[in-house]
Amino acid sequence: MAYVKINKDRCKGCGLCIQNCKLALLVIVEDELNVLGYHPVGFVDGEGECKGCKFCAETCPDCAIEVYK
Amino acid sequence: MTTEAKDKPKKVYGRPESLKDVGFHFCPGCNHGNVHKMVAEAIDEFGVREKTIGVAGVGCGVFLYNYIDIDVLEAPHGRACAEATGVSRVHPDHVVFTYQGDGDLAAIGIAETIHAANRGEHITVLFVNNTVYGMTGGQMAPTTLLGQKTTTSPYGREFMGEGYPIKMAEMLATLEGTAFVARVACNTPKNIMAAKRAIKKAFKMQIDKMGFTFVEILSACPTNWGMDAVTANKRVEEEMIPYFPLGILKERTTADYL
Amino acid sequence: MMKGAEAIAEGAIHAGCRFYFGYPITPQNDIPEYLSRELPKVGGTFLQAESEVASINMLLGASAAGARVMTSSSGPGISLKQEGISYLAGSELPGVIAYVSRIGPGLGGIAATQGDYKQVTAGGGHGDYYTIALAPSSVQEMFSLTKLAFDLSDKYRNPAIVLADAILGQMKEPVEIGERPALEDIEMPEKPWALTGAEGRDAQLVKSLFLGDGEMEVQNWKLYDKYEKLKKEDTYYEELQLEDARLMIVSFGSCSRMVLSGIEMARAEGLKVGLLRPISIYPFPEEAVRKASEAINKVLVIEMNTGQMVKDVKVSVDRAADVHFYGRPGGGLPTPDDILAEIKKVY
Repeated sequence: MAYVKINKDRCKGCGLCIQNCKLALLVIVEDELNVLGYHPVGFVDGEGECKGCKFCAETCPDCAIEVYK
Repeated sequence: MTTEAKDKPKKVYGRPESLKDVGFHFCPGCNHGNVHKMVAEAIDEFGVREKTIGVAGVGCGVFLYNYIDIDVLEAPHGRACAEATGVSRVHPDHVVFTYQGDGDLAAIGIAETIHAANRGEHITVLFVNNTVYGMTGGQMAPTTLLGQKTTTSPYGREFMGEGYPIKMAEMLATLEGTAFVARVACNTPKNIMAAKRAIKKAFKMQIDKMGFTFVEILSACPTNWGMDAVTANKRVEEEMIPYFPLGILKERTTADYL
Repeated sequence: MMKGAEAIAEGAIHAGCRFYFGYPITPQNDIPEYLSRELPKVGGTFLQAESEVASINMLLGASAAGARVMTSSSGPGISLKQEGISYLAGSELPGVIAYVSRIGPGLGGIAATQGDYKQVTAGGGHGDYYTIALAPSSVQEMFSLTKLAFDLSDKYRNPAIVLADAILGQMKEPVEIGERPALEDIEMPEKPWALTGAEGRDAQLVKSLFLGDGEMEVQNWKLYDKYEKLKKEDTYYEELQLEDARLMIVSFGSCSRMVLSGIEMARAEGLKVGLLRPISIYPFPEEAVRKASEAINKVLVIEMNTGQMVKDVKVSVDRAADVHFYGRPGGGLPTPDDILAEIKKVY
């Protein structure tokens, strides 16, 4: 089983990880604001679907995503 | 939101060791962060952190030293290849690379770039092409596409009077002194993987004393393009790549002096 | 016997300089030609760059990497190098620039001149800084002051210029230079700040960008303190026949040699004339000029330009004496007869 950890205070909410997650497991958390003033991305994977493909982390320009598998 | 699995999954992707644990100053969706990561990954892969000297050009990439944990020299605008020549001549066994944007490398610094390439200096040049002067506020660059509006081409770049976007990779590939020339992009996971390979290849060839290596990285500048990150990446795909085709343009198999 | 330009080049080798980056321009080509022959013999690197701009930036890179390094040029080329010189000062990097002047502005011509005094002593490029500037007047000094320039440049981590002209560059004189020392026998300071790769230490940075609030002001005062120290510890000049003089001539470089002939003629006629010759033109020997002028009420500045050093002399004299000027710009040379006539006019 794979999952990702998001360093929310590094996230700038650019949405590139969301675009590149084929399983749509990443969402902007609208009711949260991080230290930079952005709505950060959250990982929502209730059914354990994440395959750890790393696309989200690879595309994250801010190196805010870690992938575990 | 994450749940720890019982068999303790291992970290398969994280911050490269040579990338300092600080946040980037870059705007949301800016690919400079991706490129910084790739450079740090290459340095880690070859275990050369302690013998690498980076030369930062002027522009958004100037703060290289805040992020990559290596010795860094800050060059005047456009002169990074000359500085790198000096550094590399003094430390021929070190890994020396420049990190430059399109204004820096292809406008004010084009002479230094061409001649360093032509001399086959044993350096790696990383050229971040986002078709715009980022740090100074979005002015027209030598690589600005025809029709592209910038703060100094408000009606869109026209070839009459403003010329054509310069294809640096193609130009440098014609020189005898270059050992490796590639153009890559950061807009999709697939392109990012190819970009990583190219940057690693460039470093490896320098380590193997093969000569001058050059990687042009097509990059998005959502802020100065006036669009969000996802749309900006789409623009890389639909407008930049057709004009600046990706791929390895040149790759020596033997060193130029052999 | 050695040519002046070659004495500069040999002085650099004796100082442990093993890297030279330059670009051809008359009348300084003897320096790169000599070094292109001699540097490879001592394991050094000679590189003819694509421009003066590139060569000063290669110098900057090599200097940041810890090496003793030199470039050379003349007027138009030095103008181009000012960018790099400013960055050297801003990044606190050493580096020696040999300057064989030609007449100007613009392309001007290749004749000897001192018309670059102002450019050399006022910083030259952008920003609040100065370059160390030494002005030899003989082939021997072309050699020794080049060595000194390397030492001072390292000591203050600031660019240093050796300012000569075509007369000094082409002149042949006997020199005493001794054997070329081996690199390991040359005394050079440690450079713990140099970029050598972060092996066994924290990563280092050489830069001139200071964007933080108030950071640049701190840096500017730091540079100021260095220049104050430089003034105190490394101001050089020569005084000749000033003990009994009624008239003091201030003249530097090749021009001071012609002045000496003029003084000899004046002395033969019983006129008490002496010379103060600034050897460092930055820092200017203000204190020495002021002290000397206290006992003398007349000062005559003689230069091969339209009076660029007069301001420095006036500031130093501080109204203790009248300051007169005689000069020949644009390649004109003041003959001893001219100088004698001028002495008589002012005396």
